[in-house]
Amino acid sequence: MEIKVGMADLNVCSAPDSIITLGLGSCVGVVLWDKTLKLCGMVHVMLPDSTTISKNSNVAKFADTGVEELLKQVLAKGAKKERLVAKIAGGAQMFTVNTNSPTLRVGARNVEAVKKKLKELGIRLIAEDTGKDYGRTVVFYPETGEYVIRAIGKEPTSI
Amino acid sequence: MSELSLESISTQYFDVLKELGNIGAGNATTALASLLQCKVDMKVPQVRMLDFKDVGAALGGEEQEMAGAYLAVEGDITGSILFLVKKEIAMHFVKKLMGDMAGDDLGEMERSAFKEISNIITGSYLNALSTLTNLCIYPSIPDLAIDMAGAILSVPAIEFGIMGDKILLIQSQISDDIEIDGFFIMIPDMESYEKILKSLGIIIE
Repeated sequence: MEIKVGMADLNVCSAPDSIITLGLGSCVGVVLWDKTLKLCGMVHVMLPDSTTISKNSNVAKFADTGVEELLKQVLAKGAKKERLVAKIAGGAQMFTVNTNSPTLRVGARNVEAVKKKLKELGIRLIAEDTGKDYGRTVVFYPETGEYVIRAIGKEPTSI
Repeated sequence: MSELSLESISTQYFDVLKELGNIGAGNATTALASLLQCKVDMKVPQVRMLDFKDVGAALGGEEQEMAGAYLAVEGDITGSILFLVKKEIAMHFVKKLMGDMAGDDLGEMERSAFKEISNIITGSYLNALSTLTNLCIYPSIPDLAIDMAGAILSVPAIEFGIMGDKILLIQSQISDDIEIDGFFIMIPDMESYEKILKSLGIIIE
């Protein structure tokens, strides 16, 4: 089965299932993986920082609260924190017009914020495919730890 | 700090947007007909407030390949506007405009032609908004992305994401020889929303 994660959403998944999020643009798809249990979780974050926004009840929307909540949920499924590793993808800049606008640079800011949070939580980032200017559909297979990235006009890659 | 949230925007505002969509589509139809030298018809536009998770489906799926033109707006209000059509539709427009000179894919010339068309269409809408509200609105040059619907939409979704969990979509149907669905997403910042509503005499509950 393929478990879907929407925009500003998160979910957990165990082998043999896989977990997918479609059409990541400036958003970032963060995966936490426990190799021994073949268990993972994915969050699709849109914005870097929940503390600067008053409407922040959806924790999965933000890098800081989203990664924290994801960790909580994979731990609740039995994952061990010391075994967890992270893979991330996304954070593109889709448009270049008016680059002074902070929202257009949000992709890079999302990536930074995710990395900062992972570091703070002591989770090792082992692979990433971030930045650039195109959309990505990402699928993670907790069986093998493969994070497959599909983009229009490009061969799928695995990180 | 404004207390206005997207969810609190009244049905009245929806009607205003529909009217705006109507006038805008009317202007766009006239402009397109003269640019493309053919007869262009339009239908009444739909205005919808959607949850993030449903926007992709409304546009034909997150992985649907689309052409999106994105402009920044300045003047009395600030914000941005995104005009989106399926890639085939963008090609259709470009072929109409360039004739035999158009290639089979969206190369540099074709992109530039589509930008021009997007300029005219978004300009028609912004003119309608400016006329209705008496506000000065200046659009920037558009930037173009041809990519998955979800990826393009992440840009306005993030801007709406600062204000809430929904996105406001205007869908216009215009047709020449084929039916064309064009999607508009207008993203004024919250202060500009208030300005627009105020200038239209709408009281926010």
